[in-house]
Amino acid sequence: MQTTLPPIDYRMNDGDIVKDFLVESYENLDRLDRDLVGLEKNPRDRDALAGIFRTIHTIKGTCGFLGFGNLEKVAHVGENLLTRLRDGQLTLNPEITTGLLGMVDVVRQMLSQIESTGKDGESDYPDLREKLTRLQQPGAGGGQKTSPASPGATPGTVSRNPGPTSPAKAHSTEAAATGKPGHEARRHVAETPQPAMPRSAEEVDGQHILQSPAAQASASESTVRVHVGLLDKVMTLVGELVLARNQVLQFSSRMRDPAFLAASQRLNLITTELQEGIMKTRMQPIGNIWNQFPRTVRDVALSCGKQVEIEMEGKETELDKTIIEAIKDPLTHLVRNSVDHGIELPAERVKKGKDPNGRLKLRAFHEGGQVNIEISDDGAGLNEERIRAKAVERGVMSSEQAARMSEREIFNLIFLPGFSTAEKVTNVSGRGVGMDVVKTNVERIGGSVDLQSVAGQGTTIRVKIPLTLAIIPALVVTCGGDRYAIPQLSLLELVRLEADKVAQGIELVHGAPVYRLRGRLLPLVYLERELQLSADAAPGADGAVNVVVLQAGDRQFGLVVDQINDSEEIVVKPLRKQLKTIKTFAGSSIMGDGKVALILDVLGLAQRASVITESHERALNERAAEGSGTAEKQTFLLFSGPGGSRMAIPLSTLARLEEFPVSQIEMSGSQWVTQYRGQILPLVRLNIVLEERRAKLRALQIPPSPDSGPIQVLVLNHEGRSFGLVVEQILDIVEDRAEVRMEATRASVLYSVVIGERVTELLDIPAILRSAESNMARHSAVAGGAEATP
Amino acid sequence: MARTSQFCTFYLDKLLFGVELRGVQEVIRSLEMTRVPLAPSVVSGLINLRGQIVTAVNLRRRLELQPAPAGTRAMNVVVRSEDGAVSLLVDEIGDVVEVEETSFEAPPETLRGSVRNVILGVHKLKDRLLHVLDIEKACEMSET
Repeated sequence: MQTTLPPIDYRMNDGDIVKDFLVESYENLDRLDRDLVGLEKNPRDRDALAGIFRTIHTIKGTCGFLGFGNLEKVAHVGENLLTRLRDGQLTLNPEITTGLLGMVDVVRQMLSQIESTGKDGESDYPDLREKLTRLQQPGAGGGQKTSPASPGATPGTVSRNPGPTSPAKAHSTEAAATGKPGHEARRHVAETPQPAMPRSAEEVDGQHILQSPAAQASASESTVRVHVGLLDKVMTLVGELVLARNQVLQFSSRMRDPAFLAASQRLNLITTELQEGIMKTRMQPIGNIWNQFPRTVRDVALSCGKQVEIEMEGKETELDKTIIEAIKDPLTHLVRNSVDHGIELPAERVKKGKDPNGRLKLRAFHEGGQVNIEISDDGAGLNEERIRAKAVERGVMSSEQAARMSEREIFNLIFLPGFSTAEKVTNVSGRGVGMDVVKTNVERIGGSVDLQSVAGQGTTIRVKIPLTLAIIPALVVTCGGDRYAIPQLSLLELVRLEADKVAQGIELVHGAPVYRLRGRLLPLVYLERELQLSADAAPGADGAVNVVVLQAGDRQFGLVVDQINDSEEIVVKPLRKQLKTIKTFAGSSIMGDGKVALILDVLGLAQRASVITESHERALNERAAEGSGTAEKQTFLLFSGPGGSRMAIPLSTLARLEEFPVSQIEMSGSQWVTQYRGQILPLVRLNIVLEERRAKLRALQIPPSPDSGPIQVLVLNHEGRSFGLVVEQILDIVEDRAEVRMEATRASVLYSVVIGERVTELLDIPAILRSAESNMARHSAVAGGAEATP
Repeated sequence: MARTSQFCTFYLDKLLFGVELRGVQEVIRSLEMTRVPLAPSVVSGLINLRGQIVTAVNLRRRLELQPAPAGTRAMNVVVRSEDGAVSLLVDEIGDVVEVEETSFEAPPETLRGSVRNVILGVHKLKDRLLHVLDIEKACEMSET
């Protein structure tokens, strides 16, 4: 028997060994939770058993070495039980699993005791040991003898998964294991040396991989545990290197020496790569926090008598460490909620014709510089009418307002503070307590939460979060001679009032300055005054006033600054603890010239300037009211679409208007494209998007007719990509409230609205894009993208 | 042999002060500083110390001394406090001195006010007194 001790460094003292032991054991225990739950579903997975056995054995061995006698005793009984399981003398059953999980909890408890006191405590948990010993008896708890491992299940081979889960429809070895959390954790060791075994993607599909101990050892050798403090320090130094590099580059631009220029160019490239590499070291797979969910789900499901299977997809999706920590609690809450309130009791599910086992699916993926995390269940879904009625009953809105709200708006009401906690909306209709806290926490790190639900079929919650908090885009402004950075996240727009417009543009409401922004009064906050930089807030040197329109919570306000410099990506550094009490600043950053600039905390600033003083209650009412139709005026671009129909898009979605002669249109497959500003701009033809399916396929293939006149194109940006929308004729730009709405009669249209006193179709840009993309991807098959709901 | 300790010394308003050498990270000439509006008055600003943002404490104000004459370029004594590095702004840097512990004396009862918390006591040097500062207390930024 080999004993795995932590590697002993010659400089190490006992304290370091204990610390290493703790870190390693905690990690192993987290994996144990997951493995045990996985094992329960698939009790013959000898390999998982072997892994569990190894972990406990290591803990036991190290404890003996370090003199933690009580912990050793507990681990010893656990090991005995596991030996019998491993040797096939016992089969895992729920009772044994519970016993083993109980042991894991006790071990964890003792470890934390060692961490805080240096000792493993007084108790040696006789009850638990007695229970574990009893479970060793065959027959106790219904355990039965199993046949030895089935052929092919020997370590290092690929075996068919006997579990009841549906085969994962994946085409790579990596993704093939995602359906089985217990195995996916070892995904990285899937590359077992098996030259004799052909392993095409299809063959691995629906199977899971068992790994050999040898492969596991090599996986652990390929990683090194590094202290986060050291990483942060290296990152800081790389930041400095970037600054030094910039100075060298500036200097080199004045030099003529080709050798020096080449060297500085190399320095430039290497620095950039080094910076990217260091940023990556802070990234962690989201699986690190998901790993505990199988256990969470098991515990919650057990306590409310439900049967739930958890599926995970995209565990390897990477996020910055700080973000991982920040979303851990909200995600746990959402998962618990889905099991507790979303999924029905087995009997109820059977009555509805569903599988008694509820399914909870976690999915993570990158999209447009953000990470999306979806938590979906196949439970009862939200009851729209219940929430609507509750909203009216609680006085959040009038019944007319509630009736006007869309289903989606209604669902998102459950994120309002107090909406879910005070009344038991949750017990009847779906979701739970404290969803507002989830939303607040996610929004704090610049993310968003959205919810979709279909009655009887389940609920999907989508959390979108940025990749990193360490680097954020920010607008740099000057005030009182110093620079300040404003996170782009809260930035709405910039307004510059020329000197001659200042007097009439800025009005006073009993002394409080306001600015009329598109007909609404925007409270103005003078940064100089708020920061007490000087007493009077004189407009800039040229007499013009620069207003940065910001969003703070539900409120908007205009921040008056001396000068607006530029927007740039900044590296956020926290402020010293004692300066954190100044709520106006979120942190600091080093600018390109090496000087320090403070980052404004927009929310804190708004609070300081009393922009936000209202209680939650009022904000609640206003938000609800906003959603229900007192729409502010919007600017629309009107144009005529196919067949001369009148259509509109919000002007804010438009990047440019262009006109291309037909000769510039090229075909890429069946897609019209044109070269535009050094890029290939896909051209989406409205007539095709809006056409019926069959006609669509035919029309798609038609190249532009050479003798037709130039085509009108609206260049739009959507989620970071540009595309052109081909329209018949551009009509006008109008400002309207567009209040009178009617449900759309065809896909790709949001509403029919009255704009400029005529009925106009308001286009659904994301839906059009999706539809166009599905046409591109499947131009030979029947396209169906346009049916997707927004 | 009597036990000795080493001090990094500096001058403030012509008085000699010192902090224990092992608490000192480095001494650097004056750096460009960014002021922190709304911060306690002892905070002079933030400096960029090789990519690390360090808070600078106006030690004259901390010790309730007269403000430095206009145009003085303060030196930074960067010390390690519990909450990371902090720069103490001083007028001038002195030598590293080694003193015997027997020369130490607690401050007289007549030293009153908040300064008493910061000044641990004095070492009696041959020609003058070395005021010994408590690094943690000196780095404290709340208003006293």
